Parts: sequence; structure tokens; C-alpha cells
Amino acid sequence: MNEAGTTVIEARNLDLTFQTNDGPIHALKDVNLAINKGDFVSFIGPSGCGKTTFLRCIAALETPTGGALTVNGMTPDEARRSRAYGYVFQAAGLYPWRTIAKNIKLPLEIMGYSSAEQDERVNKVLELVDLAGFGGKFPWQLSGGMQQRASIARALAFDADILLMDEPFGALDEIVRDHLNEQLLALWARTEKTIGFVTHSIPEAVYLSTKIVVMSPRPGRITDVIDSPLPKERPLDIRDTPEFIEVAHRVREGLRAGHGDDV
Amino acid sequence: MKQIIAVLTVIAALVVVWYAACIPMNIKGVLTEQERAGAEVQPPSAKDRRDLSEIGLALNNSFAIPATWEQDRPRLPAPHQVAIELWETTVQKKITSKRSLIYHGWVTLSATMLGFAIGTGLGILLAVGIVHSRVMDLSVMPWAIVSQTIPIIALAPMIIVVLYSVGIQGIIPKAIISAYLSFFPVVVGMVKGLRSPDAMQLDLLRTYNASRSQGFWKLRLPASMPYLFTSLKIGVAASLVGAIVGELPTGAVAGLGARLLAGSYYGQTVQIWSALFAAAILAACLVGLLGLIERAVLKRMGMAQ
Ligand SMILES: Nc1ncnc2c1ncn2[C@@H]1O[C@H](COP(=O)(O)OP(=O)(O)O)[C@@H](O)[C@H]1O
Ligand SMILES: [Mg+2]
Repeated sequence: MNEAGTTVIEARNLDLTFQTNDGPIHALKDVNLAINKGDFVSFIGPSGCGKTTFLRCIAALETPTGGALTVNGMTPDEARRSRAYGYVFQAAGLYPWRTIAKNIKLPLEIMGYSSAEQDERVNKVLELVDLAGFGGKFPWQLSGGMQQRASIARALAFDADILLMDEPFGALDEIVRDHLNEQLLALWARTEKTIGFVTHSIPEAVYLSTKIVVMSPRPGRITDVIDSPLPKERPLDIRDTPEFIEVAHRVREGLRAGHGDDV
Repeated sequence: MKQIIAVLTVIAALVVVWYAACIPMNIKGVLTEQERAGAEVQPPSAKDRRDLSEIGLALNNSFAIPATWEQDRPRLPAPHQVAIELWETTVQKKITSKRSLIYHGWVTLSATMLGFAIGTGLGILLAVGIVHSRVMDLSVMPWAIVSQTIPIIALAPMIIVVLYSVGIQGIIPKAIISAYLSFFPVVVGMVKGLRSPDAMQLDLLRTYNASRSQGFWKLRLPASMPYLFTSLKIGVAASLVGAIVGELPTGAVAGLGARLLAGSYYGQTVQIWSALFAAAILAACLVGLLGLIERAVLKRMGMAQ
């Protein structure tokens, strides 16, 4: 029933205004977007353009003030209650009092998996993020990149078919980042999840995505949606091909156009 | 090693200051005694000496200085007098003796522990309520703060009288006063600890659709542990103070408070000071013990590296 091409997430005329002490902030304005099953969608744009807010709306962590948003044909909150999301935050946010394995078990415990099933899944996802053998370590014993991988493993451990990632690699250096990007693509190919990925980096967005959503601030809105012509199979050196450079160029143009309005 | 030397230096300095302070504090009494014993004292009449400064007297009668450290009932006993009294009333007395500080210490300690247990239990329960219910947050917290502004010394006799009138006496009233002082730091620390998880960690649980009780057991409670232990250390010291204060108004015959009271009644300053030191040592042991438990627990939880 989950054949590719089905719309999983659909936003129509989505609006969100935060009421703050300094007056209203129009964080999202008239956002229209359809994300298909198996898409890898990147959201790119300058800070404050509503990337995080949009991701949080999808995960039902924020409530839009206008428009319609459906996830798997349900409201985001219904989807949340049916545990449709794995969410990866910018900081790994592992519990310091739990080992890596126990951290990955957290969602499994909450969702009531049997302990045999928990162990099996922990081993599987540790393997998937290349952390086999580190299950017994505490978070402080791991590097930043490894901690972030553990937090991705935690989001993969249960069967959410939508993975939302908010600048997961933002705090890591470029070499670690390249490596994690490669692994993330491999992981996406293997698990066939739908991924929403927020980033600041044009190469990262182009390298990873099947669809790139360019956003601009004040008010936060979508200025361009680019369907990537790149093949699904992407070695790191694809970044030197003319197709890659062309897509990157279009993203840069989109960002510049968005910025042009308010200078 | 450097630390030990520094600590010993500070202690030595304190002891020196203490001995020095004994001279002016006790000199007048000593001179009166010496005069009675037939020594020549400058000036010879107690009446003349009354208006002179203690330091001047000590300089004029330097022969009497060693005696300021050896009086029977000095105004300020010297360190070694307190130390000897402590030694005699702990190690050299049978613990069943009414003069044993171990016995009195135990009486106070048992009330402290009971009060601490009640106070901690109550404090944790209140904190859980405050964190989970806005109504409790608004209604309980102000009262908890007000409760601590009433001087315990004024409140203790009332608690004891009220409880006595309903037939409760002995360890319970002392424990209640002790609980009254110790619940507060526990409430404050636990509320802070239970609220310590940041928005991101709470959002994460939301994406798992975790229930409130799962959030409590899996996130809030473990996150509050370091805060709890800090509060417990303050709370146990407050408990001890409460138990001692609870012994004062009843004219209790047993307990460190009773020793303080009897000492001041009979002018036994050495006894008062040794009871004070016993209380301080007891408090240090309790806080130290909690520190050890804290280290062990946090280490087991993986939170101490
Ligand atoms: N909870 C909130 N309350 C008020 N304003 C908010 C809140 N969250 C985000 N905003 C504002 O909304 C705008 C978009 O924020 P955000 O989605 O975090 O941007 P981005 O992730 O693209 O940097 C910003 O101006 C931000 O200050
Ligand atoms: Mg953001």
C-alpha cells in the first residue's frame, strides 16, 4: 500500500503566527508543499525563515494558525499519536544516565516493545549507524559525531516511516559531516523512509535530497522547490559533476532572490 | 597533600586565635580566683579591676595567663578543655551512662533521622505535586516559603504543647520540628530538578507520545537526582538543628539540646561547648555520608565520570 509516489505530507496555505511580547511574528506564510513517500526533502534558507517551525508543525510540536496540514491522511497530532515520526534534534540530547543502548531503548520502552525485541532492534540500529560495540558506553564517552549517530539510531529504532531531522549535523566539522551524509544516504536507501532534513549548507542539501525546498524569512515562506535530477546512487564525488553544480547554483539563486526582497 | 597542609594550617590558626581569645575572656575571673588564693594581683581590688580593659589586665598580670586556659568554669573554655571533655564523655563513658555524649547524641540523632525521613518524603511529594499541577504550584509554594520565615524557636514550643495536649510526646514532636525545617530545601531542590529537563527533551518524549508518568519516571526523576542530593545535604543539617531546638523548650533530660540546656543552667561552659562540637561533628558525619551515597548513586547512573 505504500508504493512510491503517494503523498505522505501535504501542506496547503499553511500559516503560523507566533504571538510574542514584541508583537506577532509571521513565521510561516502561505506554505504549499507535497512530500511523497520515500522522498528525501531538504529545507534550506537563512536563519529565522521558519525551517524549524515547519518541521515542528509536521511533528505536531507546533500548531499552525491557518491552512491545512495532513500527514498520512491524518492530522499531525493523530500521526504523532500513531507514532509516525522519528525526530532528530540539532543536539543529540542523549540521557547522560543511560548507556547508548539504553538511550536507544527509550522510545522502545515507552512504546511497550518486549525486552527481547528491544535488544534485537538496538543491535540492528547500532549496526545501521556504524556504532556496533558501543552500546555499553555512556554518552560522555563518545565524540560529538558518534553521539549524533546514536541519536539517529534512537529515531530509527521504532517503525516510524517519517524521519524529521533539524540540522542534525550543524554542530559537526566538515569531514565528520561528509561521512555522516554518506551514511545517511545509505541508510535512507535501505530503510525507504521519508526524510525531512533542515540544513544551512547548500552542498549538503543538494547531495542528500530528491527535493530541495528553498525558504526565505520575514515572513517565512517557500520561494522555490527543486526536484533533483541526480540519480539515487550518489558517491561523494558526484559533487564535482555539472548536474550537481547546476542544482547548487539554482539553490543559491533561490536563496539570493529570497534575500533580495528585504534589502 | 597540598590541600591537607592548607586545611591543617587553617585549623591551627583557628586554634591559636581561640587560645588567644581565652585570655581576655577569662582574665577577670582568673584574677579573682588568684587573689583569693593569696597571689599578688595588679590592681589588687576587684572593684578597680572591673573598669580596666581585659588586655591591660592580662599584660599587668602575665603570670595568670596560663590559668585562663585551666579554669573550672571559664567564660570561654580552651580547646584542650573541650577536647578532653569530649574524650571523657564519649570514649571513657559507657554509652548507657546519662553523661555519655554518645547516648545523648543517639537520642538527638534518632529524632533527626525520623524527622529527615518525614521531611524528605513530604518534600519530594510536594515537589512532584507542584511540578505536575499548576494549582499546587500557585497554592503550595507561597506557603512553603512563608513557613520558613517563622522563627523555629517561636514555633517549636507551640508544636510541642499542641502535640502534648493530644497525647503525643517523646521523639515525635522533635521529629516533626526537624521535618518542618528539612522539607523546605528538599521541595525547592526537587522542583528545580524535576523541571531541569529542557524543552528539547520534553519535545522528544512528545514525539514518542509518552504519557506524563513515563515522562516522570524516565526523564524528570533521573534528571533531578543531582539536585535532590544537594538538597538532602542541606536538609539533613537543618533536621539536626530542628531536633536540637525541639529538645530545648521541653526541658528534655536527654539529647544534645538537653546537654546544652543543662550546661547553661549550671554554668558548665565546657559541657556546652562539647555538646556544640558533638552536634557539629554529627552534622558533618551526616552530610559526609550523604556525599558518599551521592557519589555512589551518580556513579552507578553514569552521571559522575
Ligand atoms: N516558540 C516561538 N515563539 C515565538 N517566536 C518563535 C518561536 N519559535 C520560532 N519563533 C520565530 O519564528 C521565526 C522562525 O523561526 P525558526 O523556525 O526557528 O527559523 P529557522 O529554523 O529557519 O532558523 C523566527 O523569527 C523565530 O524567532
Ligand atoms: Mg532552526
